[in-house]
Amino acid sequence: MQGALTTMTTFLSATHLTVAFGTRAVIRDLSFEVHVGDCLAIIGPNGCGKTVLLKALLHLLPYAGEIRWDPAARLGYVPQKFAADQQLPLHVRDLLDAKISFLKLPATEVSSVSVEADLTEELLDTNIGFLSGGQFQKLLIAFAMLGHPNVLLIDEPTASLDELAEERFYELLHQLQVNRGMTIVLVSHDLSVVYRYATTVLCLSKGKPCFGPPREVLTPEALQALYSAPAMYYGHTHDHQKE
Amino acid sequence: MQLSQGYSILLALLFGLAAGLVGSFALMRRMLLAGDVISHLALPGLGVAFLFKVNPLLGGAATLFLGTLLIWKLQKKTGLATEAMTGVVFAAALALGAVVTPKEDLVDALFGGFPMLSLAGLLFGVMAVAVVIVFIVRSKDRLALSLFSTDLATVSGVNVNRLNLYFLFVFSLTVLIGLQFMGTLLSSALIIMPAAVGRQLTNKFSHFLIVSSTVSVFSVAVGFLANSVVKSPTVSPVIVIVSALLFALSLVIRRKQ
Repeated sequence: MQGALTTMTTFLSATHLTVAFGTRAVIRDLSFEVHVGDCLAIIGPNGCGKTVLLKALLHLLPYAGEIRWDPAARLGYVPQKFAADQQLPLHVRDLLDAKISFLKLPATEVSSVSVEADLTEELLDTNIGFLSGGQFQKLLIAFAMLGHPNVLLIDEPTASLDELAEERFYELLHQLQVNRGMTIVLVSHDLSVVYRYATTVLCLSKGKPCFGPPREVLTPEALQALYSAPAMYYGHTHDHQKE
Repeated sequence: MQLSQGYSILLALLFGLAAGLVGSFALMRRMLLAGDVISHLALPGLGVAFLFKVNPLLGGAATLFLGTLLIWKLQKKTGLATEAMTGVVFAAALALGAVVTPKEDLVDALFGGFPMLSLAGLLFGVMAVAVVIVFIVRSKDRLALSLFSTDLATVSGVNVNRLNLYFLFVFSLTVLIGLQFMGTLLSSALIIMPAAVGRQLTNKFSHFLIVSSTVSVFSVAVGFLANSVVKSPTVSPVIVIVSALLFALSLVIRRKQ
């Protein structure tokens, strides 16, 4: 199902990418490509540089090597949950209004992304400092969706969501991918989700990174090497029994 | 009342408006105290200008803007908080200012006075206030986005680094407009206090900007009126006391809500 939309048009190519903090290289000489309509999952143990890679791809961090996006790429970014300043007198609506005003988009955009991200009128009029984890996640998704991005870069999206909300979130992502042909780059710890939705997996670890379709990359042996421990939860065992 | 006095009061009121707007964003950016420090950067320039008998505003402007640029550079280079950086620049500026300012001019430099403004002086001030207001109105969306998250603002297309520099310059320009009335010690008080009152009284972004500006202009107006009764040699302490009283009142109102 995932591969149906994938064409071989390269949307993003990273070549010999290195990201370092001082003398410590977190990402070293990494090369990979993402095609239009792909869902690339970036996995790996804590501290392996998943968020750093995502930020480099967004040009938020300095890097060596080359990151080349298709000129038609419009990036949307859903970061990890962060603590919004409770002192800010900003409501959800103020923030979305600020973005559409800055991007000179029609005011109706706020209502359409609010429906998509399930932001109610009550939530729109809530101060951003007082949102729960799940509500904040909805704000981040709505914020990213403004401006009609054709690629979404998402960092640990379901860390603060309950199971039902998590399921709905991935269903929304899947719809965006299928209906709009959106390209998705996703950092996730949830291997069953990666297996279900990703078309390509990039594993980051201290050793050699691996890159390929989930069926090829997510083998028990590879996961053991990646996390230096046996994978405790891994769905679809029937799939790799075939391999 | 002489015409030049009228010009001075008009400019002071306009300064109040600019200070209220800039202060609202300075409060949200948690740089109110840094702003207090920025105003002191004018002192060495004022001192040198007094020493050589040139227009003190020119001297003040020179060191204020150089200091602002220095703070921005240091902030970028070291990644330390604005507060820590301004603290270093401030201490050096104040010490240098105290050394070079002639003793008889030190009180004026620190607390301001009641300048007899020419029409040209008024026009210059009005233009500076216009720059501040136009910047805030045009940049309020960008400022709001960067307040929420600098990463998300950057991905949305905001040049956060340039925005920070422009904001620091507009902040310094506001301080400069108020310098003649309020002096280096108190010119940032009108940036700090009305914003603090506004934040006590409202939780809504647009209301916050309106309340802060109104409180600021009101403090200047009542300060001038009150000073015509108490006849303090400088009007700035009276304006600051009015604004402090309004802050105390806002605490009471907040408690009752």
